[in-house]
Amino acid sequence: MVVRALHDEGVKYIYGYPGGALLHVYDALFRQEDVQHILVRHEQAATHMADAYARATGKAGVALVTSGPGATNAVTGIATAYMDSIPMVVITGQVMSHLIGEDAFQETDMMGISRPIVKHSFSVSRPEDIPAIIKKAFHIAQTGRPGPVVVDIPKDMTSPTERYEYEYPKSVKLRSYSPVNRGHSGQIKKATDLLLAAKRPVLYTGGGVIMGNASAELIQLARMLNYPVTNTLMGLGGFPGTDRQFIGMLGMHGSYEANMAMHHSDLILAVGARFDDRVTNGLDKFCPTAKIIHIDIDPASISKTVKADIPIVGPAQAVLAEMIELVGASKKQPDAAAIKTWWEQIDEWRTRHGGRYRTDDSDKMKPQQVIEMLSKVTNGDAYVCSDVGQHQMFAAQYYKFNKPNRWINSGGLGTMGFGLPAAMGVQMSFPDADVACVTGEGSIQMNIQELSTCKQYDLPVKIINLNNQSLGMVRQWQDMNYESRHSHSYMKSLPDFVKLAEAYGHVGMKVEKYSDLEAAMREAFAMKDRLVFMDIYVDQFEHVYPMQVPRGSMRDMWLTKTERT
Amino acid sequence: MRHIISVLLENEPGALSRVVGLFSQRNYNIESLTVAPTDDATLSRLTVTTIGDDRVIEQITKHLNKLIDVVKVVDLTEGEHIERELMMIKLKASGAARAEIKRTADIFRGQIIDVTPSTYTVQLIGASDKLDAFISALGTANIMEVVRSGVSGIARGEKTLSP
Ligand SMILES: Cc1ncc(C[n+]2csc(CCOP(=O)(O)OP(=O)(O)O)c2C)c(N)n1
Ligand SMILES: [Mg+2]
Repeated sequence: MVVRALHDEGVKYIYGYPGGALLHVYDALFRQEDVQHILVRHEQAATHMADAYARATGKAGVALVTSGPGATNAVTGIATAYMDSIPMVVITGQVMSHLIGEDAFQETDMMGISRPIVKHSFSVSRPEDIPAIIKKAFHIAQTGRPGPVVVDIPKDMTSPTERYEYEYPKSVKLRSYSPVNRGHSGQIKKATDLLLAAKRPVLYTGGGVIMGNASAELIQLARMLNYPVTNTLMGLGGFPGTDRQFIGMLGMHGSYEANMAMHHSDLILAVGARFDDRVTNGLDKFCPTAKIIHIDIDPASISKTVKADIPIVGPAQAVLAEMIELVGASKKQPDAAAIKTWWEQIDEWRTRHGGRYRTDDSDKMKPQQVIEMLSKVTNGDAYVCSDVGQHQMFAAQYYKFNKPNRWINSGGLGTMGFGLPAAMGVQMSFPDADVACVTGEGSIQMNIQELSTCKQYDLPVKIINLNNQSLGMVRQWQDMNYESRHSHSYMKSLPDFVKLAEAYGHVGMKVEKYSDLEAAMREAFAMKDRLVFMDIYVDQFEHVYPMQVPRGSMRDMWLTKTERT
Repeated sequence: MRHIISVLLENEPGALSRVVGLFSQRNYNIESLTVAPTDDATLSRLTVTTIGDDRVIEQITKHLNKLIDVVKVVDLTEGEHIERELMMIKLKASGAARAEIKRTADIFRGQIIDVTPSTYTVQLIGASDKLDAFISALGTANIMEVVRSGVSGIARGEKTLSP
């Protein structure tokens, strides 16, 4: 019933790992061909694959894990998806229902463990409920503010010896759950008026534009108004990275011009972004002169940290579409003179500090150079799946994303080990696309066993390992706040990644000189059907800049190791 | 400020733990919590009293509304409402105290619901501050045990909380 329901839901791939509580389900999987199961090497990877599938396609990913350790291994992946509002359905096996609560073999209270990190969860107590529960699980995961849903199924609920009436529901109605499908027109009108009257506006957009499929509307509105656009870490790709109106990412490691523009703005239009602490910096000093319009599907995100002057609850796409119409029909148009002055100011910031880094303080390759090369070699069109650390920030800053859903990273939870399984999930759904995993020698080792899965399913991911032989991000904080006491941030005894990749049946490449980089990278991407592990040695001592000064305002930043605003 | 929040909840396993979990996860405090089924067997009604400024209360109601099992949420303290709590209090009642307790209970319109030669158990229903007042009127010396139900509330007038 489980497999049939997944099939009827239109699920093509599920990522999982078998175990006692799931044997009936795995047997059912064996006896059909519609739903393809991908066997990972660790359950965490199954959840990240499902998650990345969702980030790239917008549809809920599905993971299948057994009870006990299988379920607990999935917890990090569920939390990762939860923090970034990613639709996912995680089916967990459970011990027989009569054993629940008896500390049976491989029993854990998965409903309890997962409760704070799911949008919702179901526990199956009657086999005949399975189709309806699966239907509801997908509905809840994919609508409103998306999120992961856990379905916990005791083994006896899937027993093949018993037969039940099966009917997959066509639709779901839940009296307690009805996500909004449009914004309040009066509020949108007020917001549009305010928007048109602004003299120093910024459009600040986040993951809601990506998951809410509102990139086209954002671009159209921004073009009509000629206002600057900044994206959060989760929102990159929502607006083309090479566009003149794009002023870069904002926040802790945001661009100089984006953080300056935010600080000095008189109006912020926030779309699908949540003013989190990595964006706002010190809340009491946040954007002192700005009025705030906040569009979000989740009312609880609005005025949570920063009070909105005009809150609009609704899906980004519908609300922006309504704004576009209003702006188009409005007699009032943006104040061209003020906007021109504003752009002059922004361009001045941009030329003063924007997007530069030093290459003369070391004879080693710079990690930024590698990302710029990646951007060039792949024309800004690759799916870039990142791990967590300095390399992630360099990728966010220096890869020019031209399309939404291409930048895939664990923004909210910051899960090291996310990158490789994420790249696999994307490559699986887009076999012909360029998929890069940007990682560090620390992060990659958190799920390196998945190189074996890549072999089994021929996933030609390109691993870009920015090898700085240290837990760079930790080390940077130690440099800045702990007088360079590098407590346990040094990766001694690194493996030979080239040999390791080869041992798993893949291609390994080691690059140490910048002059070799372009040719090597082109060669790697030309190997369409092979996974290539590019172990790229970069400057150990590089820091990510700009970096906001803790508890300061948005404009308080370190720009280099010695320069501050 | 103290708020009384009433919640209609699907009568499903796990629903209550989601509500309680929300409060602890997000660091909201719970002063009291009551929950029981309603006339509609598919629904439970839950009353939480909590303390917080407007921003916190707004977040609490928003997050409660987000829970899939939550059908309706209302902050009763926003309008005219009635709150009641039931208390049973066991007291040492011998000698002069015996008559004194009886008198105090009468003043508060409490009922003595259990009697032994040396104890009284008094039942009192009212708003929480009335129960507090009763306790302080008795003084701590004679109190053996106190059990309170937590607050239940309902809006005055025509207003109802229904799905
Ligand atoms: C699972 C997990 N553990 C610990 C951390 C804390 N952490 C954040 S970045 C980082 C260092 C990452 O090192 P590496 O992957 O080599 O990337 P680099 O910063 O060197 O580019 C650590 C340990 C984390 N984010 N996730
Ligand atoms: Mg590193």
